[in-house]
Amino acid sequence: MRRIRAAVTGAVTLSLVLTATACGGGEDGGGQATKTLTYWATNQGSSLEVDKKVLQPELDEFERKTGIKVNLEVIPWSDLLNRILTATTSGQGPDVLNIGNTWSASLQATGALLPWDAKNFEAIGGKDRFVDSALGSTGAPGKDPAAVPLYSMAYALYYNKQMFKDAGIAKPPTTWDEVVAAGKKLSKDGKWGIGVEGSNLSNNIHQVFVLGKQHGADFFTADGKPDFTSDGAVAAVKQYVDLMATHKIVAPGNAEYAQNQSLSDFAKDKTGMVLWQTPSQTFASQGMSEEEWGVVPAPVPSGEPGTGTATNSMVAGINMAVFKNTENLDGALKFVEFMTSDEEQIALNKTYGSVPPVKAAQKDPAFSGPSLAVIRDTLATSAAALPQVPEESQFETVVGTAVKELFADAAAGRPVTTESVKAKLDKAQQQMPKK
Amino acid sequence: MTQTAVTPAREPAVRKATPGGARTARRSGRRRLALPYLLLLPALLLELLVHLVPMLMGIVMSFKELTQFYIRDWAAAPWSGLDNFSVSLDFDAAVGQSLLKSFLTTCQFTVLSVGLCWLLGTAAAVLLQENFRGRGVLRTLFLVPYALPVYAAVITWAFMFQRDNGLINHVLHDQLGIGDSPAFWLIGDNSFWALLAVSVWKGWPFAFLTVMAGLQNIPREMYEAAALDGAGVWKQIRHITLPSLRSVNQVLVLVLFLWTFNDFNTPFVLFGEAAPEAADLISLHIYQSSFQTWNFGTGSAMSVLLLLFLLLVTGVYLLLTTRGRKTSDV
Repeated sequence: MRRIRAAVTGAVTLSLVLTATACGGGEDGGGQATKTLTYWATNQGSSLEVDKKVLQPELDEFERKTGIKVNLEVIPWSDLLNRILTATTSGQGPDVLNIGNTWSASLQATGALLPWDAKNFEAIGGKDRFVDSALGSTGAPGKDPAAVPLYSMAYALYYNKQMFKDAGIAKPPTTWDEVVAAGKKLSKDGKWGIGVEGSNLSNNIHQVFVLGKQHGADFFTADGKPDFTSDGAVAAVKQYVDLMATHKIVAPGNAEYAQNQSLSDFAKDKTGMVLWQTPSQTFASQGMSEEEWGVVPAPVPSGEPGTGTATNSMVAGINMAVFKNTENLDGALKFVEFMTSDEEQIALNKTYGSVPPVKAAQKDPAFSGPSLAVIRDTLATSAAALPQVPEESQFETVVGTAVKELFADAAAGRPVTTESVKAKLDKAQQQMPKK
Repeated sequence: MTQTAVTPAREPAVRKATPGGARTARRSGRRRLALPYLLLLPALLLELLVHLVPMLMGIVMSFKELTQFYIRDWAAAPWSGLDNFSVSLDFDAAVGQSLLKSFLTTCQFTVLSVGLCWLLGTAAAVLLQENFRGRGVLRTLFLVPYALPVYAAVITWAFMFQRDNGLINHVLHDQLGIGDSPAFWLIGDNSFWALLAVSVWKGWPFAFLTVMAGLQNIPREMYEAAALDGAGVWKQIRHITLPSLRSVNQVLVLVLFLWTFNDFNTPFVLFGEAAPEAADLISLHIYQSSFQTWNFGTGSAMSVLLLLFLLLVTGVYLLLTTRGRKTSDV
C-alpha cells in the first residue's frame, strides 16, 4: 500500500514539476551573459559558409580585445524575417543582429529593437560618423533609428563584355530603350538579354520601386497609406514584367528564379545583363574574373541619373540592430562599435564588395575602383530609400508576390495587360493591414 | 506495478469477512480505481500543455487585433470582437475570396491525394500478400518515402521540378519530347499537379503499411473456401478483402484526410514563401496571411474556422461510419 502511495505521489509530483518547468523556460544563462553575445548575421557572401569564414576571424579579434565571445549564426534571407518575428514574440532572441535596411521601420514598430538615441550613438562614436543616405534607411522619420548602417549597396547594371562584343553592342545602355534594344540583339541562340529573379519577392520590390519613382509614383501616400494601383505604379510593374512578356529579352525560366540563378546564368554567358547589388563576389565564385564584366549606373529614362524620376536605385544595405531584451547591453554596444569602426568597415566591405556607410572608411582607396565608384556615386546622388513605413515588409511580400504571379503569367505565354497588372496590385493592396 | 496494486488489496477482503474488513476493502477498492487515473495524470497534464493550451491561445488570439505593434506583448493587443472572422468570411473582398479559393483548392487536392494514396497503398498491399522472392525487399523499398525526412525529400523534389535543369522536364521534354517548350512545375497552374505528385509519393506508404497490417487478420481459410467455390481474384478482393478491411479503411481514410488537409511542410518546402495560386493549400495560406500582413489575429481566425470545419467533417464521418458498423453488426 505504501508503495502505491509513493508511486502516486511520485507521478503527481513529476507531472507538476514537468508542467512548471515547461512553463518557465528560458531563464538560464545568467552568469555567462556578460561574457558572450549571440549575433545573427545576414548572408552577404556567396554562401553561408563563406560568411562564417569571413566573419569568424573578426569575431576572434573582438574577443581578443574585449574578452567577449560572440556566437555567430548566419541566417539565410529566406528565414531571417520569420526568425526575427519569432524572437520578437518570444523575447528569446540574439543580442545583436543584422537586418535588411528596408525592414527598419517595420521592425521599429514592433518595439523589439533598441532605439539609437543620442546616448547609444555616443557609445559607438556618434551619429555623424555615418553617411546621410544610409541613415535615411534606419527607421521612420522623426524617430530614433532602430538600427545603424553596416554595409551599403546600390543597384547598377552589370554586363557581360564578351557577349556584348559578340552581339556588336558598342556602348553599355544607359536608358531603358537602350536596354531593350541591346537585349533584343543579345537574345538569340539560347542566350538572353537580361536576367530577373521572378520568384524573389524582395528583388521584385526593389526593381518596381525604382521604376515607380521613374514614373513619378510612390507605393505609399505621404501619410503612409498603401497606394499600389496608381497609374504610375501599374505602369512601373508592367514595364518590369514586359521585359519578359512583351520584349522577350528575359528567359521564361527566370520566372521561377529565387536563388540568384540569374547570376550563374550571367557568369556562364547565358545572359548579357543583370541589374544587381554588389554581385562581384558571386561572379568570382562562379569563375568569372573582374575583366569579364563591366558595370554602369542602372538605366533611367533620360540617361542621366539623378533624383526624382531619374532615380535609378533603392538605398540597399544592411543595418545592425541590438535586441532590446539583451542581457548584455554594454557588450552589444561594444560589438556594434567594433563592427562600425573604420578598420572593420574597410575590411568587411572590401570583402563583400559593398560600400562602407561610415564616412572615414569610404575614403579608403579600396572603394574608389571603377565598379565601386559607380555604387558610391549612385548612393550619393540617385538612390532613394524604400518607404520608411511600418508596413514596409508587408508591402514587400504582397506586391512582390503580385509581380511573381505576373511573371508566371508571362512565362506561360499569357498576356500581361494594364488591367491584369492593376487587378493583381489591387488584390495586393486589399491584403495590407487596415488602419 | 499493477501486480503489487492488485494482490494486497484483494487479500483481506477474501480472507476476513468482518465489517471493518469490508470498509477497508471498499476504501482500497476506490484507491485501486483511482490509481490508473493518477498514473495517467502526468500524460494528461502534458497533453493539456502541449495541445490544448496553444489551441486555446489561438482561439483567444482570433478575437484580438494582434498586429506587429503588439506581437511583443500580445496581452496588450486590443480586443477586436468578431472583426477578424468577418474579414476572413467576406467573400466579396480579396482576403475572403482568396481564403475561399484556397479552401476549395485544398478540398480538391485532399480528395485526389487521399484517393490515390489509398488506391496505391491497397493495391500494393494486396499484391505483396502473395509469397514470392524479393517480397521483403519490395516492402522495404515501398516504405522508403515514409521513412525519409520530409524536408530532405521535398527539397529533392523541388530540384527535380525545376524548369530548366530539373529531372522531370529532362525526361518529359528532352527525352520523350512532350510539349513544345519545357513546362513550369513550381509556378503557374501545373504546380497543383506537382504538389499532388509529391503528396501521393509521401503519403501512400502509410496506406500501404496500414492495409498490409489489416490483411494479416483475414483468415486464409476464407480465401481457400472462396477459391473452392470458384471465386476469382477480383471476386475474392471484392467480397473478402475489402469488407474485412472496412474498419481499417475507416480509420486510414480519416487519418489521411486530416494529414493531407493540414499539410504544411510539403507546399512550404516546395514553393517557398509565396505558393502559386493553383497550389495555395489552406494551411500555407493561413501561414502567409498571418506572416505576410503580420496580422496574427486574422490568421488565428482563419485557423479557428479551419478547426471548426475539420471537427465537423470528422464528427459527421465518425457518426456515419460507426452507425453503419452498428447496423452491420446487428
